[in-house]
Amino acid sequence: MQPDRHEISISVNGTAYRRSVESRTLLSDFLRHDLLLAGTHVGCEHGVCGACTVLLDGAPIRSCLMLAVQANGHELSTIEGLASDSGELSPVQRAMHEHHGLQCGYCTPGILMTMTAFLKQNPSPSEEKVREALSGNLCRCTGYQHIVDAVMAAAQAMRAAAP
Amino acid sequence: MTTRFFGAPVKRNEDRKLLTGQALFIDDVELPGMLHAAFLRSHAAHARIKRIDVSRALQRPGVVAVYTADDYGAYWQPGPLLVPPPPIPRSIFNLRTQVPLAKDKVRHVGEPLAVVVAESRYIAEDALDDIDVDLEPLPAVIDLEAALRPGSALVHDDLGSNVSAHVHQSKGDYRAAAAKAHLVIKRRFAYEHGIASTIETRGVVAHWEARSQHMTIWDTTQAPVFVRNGLAAVLGLGERQVRVIAPFVGGGFGPKIMMFYPEEVALPWISMRLNRPVKWIEDRLEHFFATTHERGQIHDAEIAVTRDGRILGVKDVFLHDGGAYDPYGLTVPINSQCTLLGPYVVPSYDSTFTAVFTNLPIVTPYRGAGRQHGVFVMERLLDLAAHELNIDPAEIRRRNLIPADAFPYKNGIIYQDFSQLEYDSGNYEPVLDQTLQAIGYAEFKQEQEKLRAQGRHVGIGVACYVEGTGIGPYEGAKVQVQANGKVSVATGIGTQGQGHFTSFAQIAADQLGVDVTDVEIVTGDTDQFYWGAGTFASRGAVVAGNAVNEASRAVRQKALKLASDAFECAEEDLVLADGKISIVGIPEKFLSLGELAKRANPMRGAVKPGTEPGLESTQYFGPPSGATANGVHAMIVEVDPDTFDLKILKYVVVHDCGTVINPLILEGQIHGGVAQGIGNAFYEKLVFDDQGQLLNASLADYLLPTALEVPRMELGHTVTPSPLNPMGIKGAGEAGAIPVGPLFAQAIEDALQLKEKNVELLEIPLSPSRIFDLIKASEP
Repeated sequence: MQPDRHEISISVNGTAYRRSVESRTLLSDFLRHDLLLAGTHVGCEHGVCGACTVLLDGAPIRSCLMLAVQANGHELSTIEGLASDSGELSPVQRAMHEHHGLQCGYCTPGILMTMTAFLKQNPSPSEEKVREALSGNLCRCTGYQHIVDAVMAAAQAMRAAAP
Repeated sequence: MTTRFFGAPVKRNEDRKLLTGQALFIDDVELPGMLHAAFLRSHAAHARIKRIDVSRALQRPGVVAVYTADDYGAYWQPGPLLVPPPPIPRSIFNLRTQVPLAKDKVRHVGEPLAVVVAESRYIAEDALDDIDVDLEPLPAVIDLEAALRPGSALVHDDLGSNVSAHVHQSKGDYRAAAAKAHLVIKRRFAYEHGIASTIETRGVVAHWEARSQHMTIWDTTQAPVFVRNGLAAVLGLGERQVRVIAPFVGGGFGPKIMMFYPEEVALPWISMRLNRPVKWIEDRLEHFFATTHERGQIHDAEIAVTRDGRILGVKDVFLHDGGAYDPYGLTVPINSQCTLLGPYVVPSYDSTFTAVFTNLPIVTPYRGAGRQHGVFVMERLLDLAAHELNIDPAEIRRRNLIPADAFPYKNGIIYQDFSQLEYDSGNYEPVLDQTLQAIGYAEFKQEQEKLRAQGRHVGIGVACYVEGTGIGPYEGAKVQVQANGKVSVATGIGTQGQGHFTSFAQIAADQLGVDVTDVEIVTGDTDQFYWGAGTFASRGAVVAGNAVNEASRAVRQKALKLASDAFECAEEDLVLADGKISIVGIPEKFLSLGELAKRANPMRGAVKPGTEPGLESTQYFGPPSGATANGVHAMIVEVDPDTFDLKILKYVVVHDCGTVINPLILEGQIHGGVAQGIGNAFYEKLVFDDQGQLLNASLADYLLPTALEVPRMELGHTVTPSPLNPMGIKGAGEAGAIPVGPLFAQAIEDALQLKEKNVELLEIPLSPSRIFDLIKASEP
């Protein structure tokens, strides 16, 4: 059986891509191996670990639980697009560095994307709220404490910078 | 040397790459013409292989090749023994190592039977379903005690029993100690450790280039040098023809040092055969049984104590589940045996273990590496003794601590690194004091009465441990000043998140007077650094760190010598700082390190006899034995009396790992270790049925702790430098994970006042349902 293929158009970090994909191609595989945006990581392929989280039209989703064809016509944001064009880190990226919020760094892209969306919705979160929002992302290295510290600090920095 | 970076909470050099998605992990390696492999794995734990028919798979479009054990020919060899057994008299060790693809028989679920190579991973996985396998089931060996009874099925038929190893070590006369003891307490303990479950699974990419006759292997290994040496040998290549690169690795914790996994053996061979690069990335389901575990031990242990709670002796007989093969020798059970002694004076000790082959995945070290099991037994025995003798649990520990003037302290038994188990240095009582102070021990005991009166179930736990760290054999480092003034440091160990790009840079930066960001670290590339052992046993900072220090110091000497020749002045009149060497008091007269590096490699003029070109040095460091770190954890919990769910109200760790290179990185190591310890104690359990099937092989069912289960931790440090290395460092990688089990047991017993219900928590992992069961079982 020849696998069926589909033409899709997707915008990732502001760049438009047109590709032909098999129906069954996971969005995570498409991003990583077709577009070579390998910063999005895959940890479990069953939607638990959160490492593959990207933003679909601004909302966090698990790219391992979605097919590439389903993203046709949508706008995606991935870790490669978080820093500014000049290389300046986003507030969450910077805070993760300042607070040692990463060790092996494998879960980090998913955490950055989840927290970027979370802080947009929740500019003044409590620590409890941050932990709740973070609980869908597994990290095996850090014990989460420094990540929580980083997210709280990023929230504060973003509030201070807000006009 | 002025220390500007050593000891400071320097932020990590490696972060930027990781934060922007630019770090190269194994699955990011993309090569033209690359093929993809998928493994057919056994669904049975124990079965005879009657037939494997791959013909249908070969017909599927996109499939390039399918191999079984028979195709390997002479390449099919059992893996090497990684760690030979220590020289303990009268030990038994039966070596049976894993095989590259199962032949004749499968011995655990997930053992690979065949490998499909295809144009994509999707096609390769499709083709797995095309393979026709006929397995004749055999009774599975699962239960440790049943495995040793006569008539049990045998994991390795030729062995005649399921004994993997049998070791007895003792000191003093336990029987005499027990005879004169006021109290002897004897219990059975069961401790099960889970899986490391790194967020990145394993993977291998092999690329044979026929024209240059050269093999490059990217591998998520913790020991790239050993992998190169071993694979070169089996592939019939010279070591210089093989380059192993451990790129950024998404967590290690032990299982990624195991070798050779069947996939590591398969991929290079396939690449040579097909003359194309080939990739295999483990999926999460495979990870649950294709990557090694740590699992269970059953201890029948007793402690003999005086009326005032002083230990006279400990006796322990235990079974260790080794899984289907034993490539790691005795490392895990020896760690259990040795670490049980903890920070205490134990005048007599009699310990015997039997490691047992089972039809379960292979057991190799996972963060703590058997130390947890031993610490659990000792800490629980002390709790039981404290209760019987009506002594406070913290107080009974204090009474038995090794006094500060007793170091170096000889334990009289042999450790995993073959040397006598000797604690190099330590000062234990202040660590306990600081912990009790920080947790508010005395205040809590009063508070607890009030809270209990309000119907709240709160409890406290305190647990102590020591950890042997930083064992040999050695590591090396090559330090080189480049013409652009940046310093390159290459070591042979791999890195999995420990912050080596920063901690090693701190060491070199101080020696060479450069900024920490001007030191570039290369780890885990065997072409960049040829020699070494690997990242395990909390040894990276101790062993490789000291090698970096030695090599940096040698380069510093070279630079000063060169500058003194150039300036025609004594070296004492020179100052090395800010990347340049100047004459004291005349800062405008200087040579930059980059300029000196260029001068050290002249285009004209010979290199003088007795000197070498370049500002470069390679040095090695091998400690005589391991450095012993120690610590105390304390925790206050509240348990819901209806659901037995618990909430950690306060968690304190006070820890002594000698001189600290980077307190920020150290905090991260402790936090992460505690989080894994919490998972081990209360959330993570591998559930096998009696057929050896793993019933919860998904992250939805095997529960890794999330940000909601891991509490905020309060850390404290004391510093007792190790005399075994010039920097005084001790390892810190595993400490956080070690004492969490007994801490949970003690605190939950206290919170629910289980002693009054005659319930004792003598096993790990615990869980709400397990506590419910134990309480129900105790009710009349």
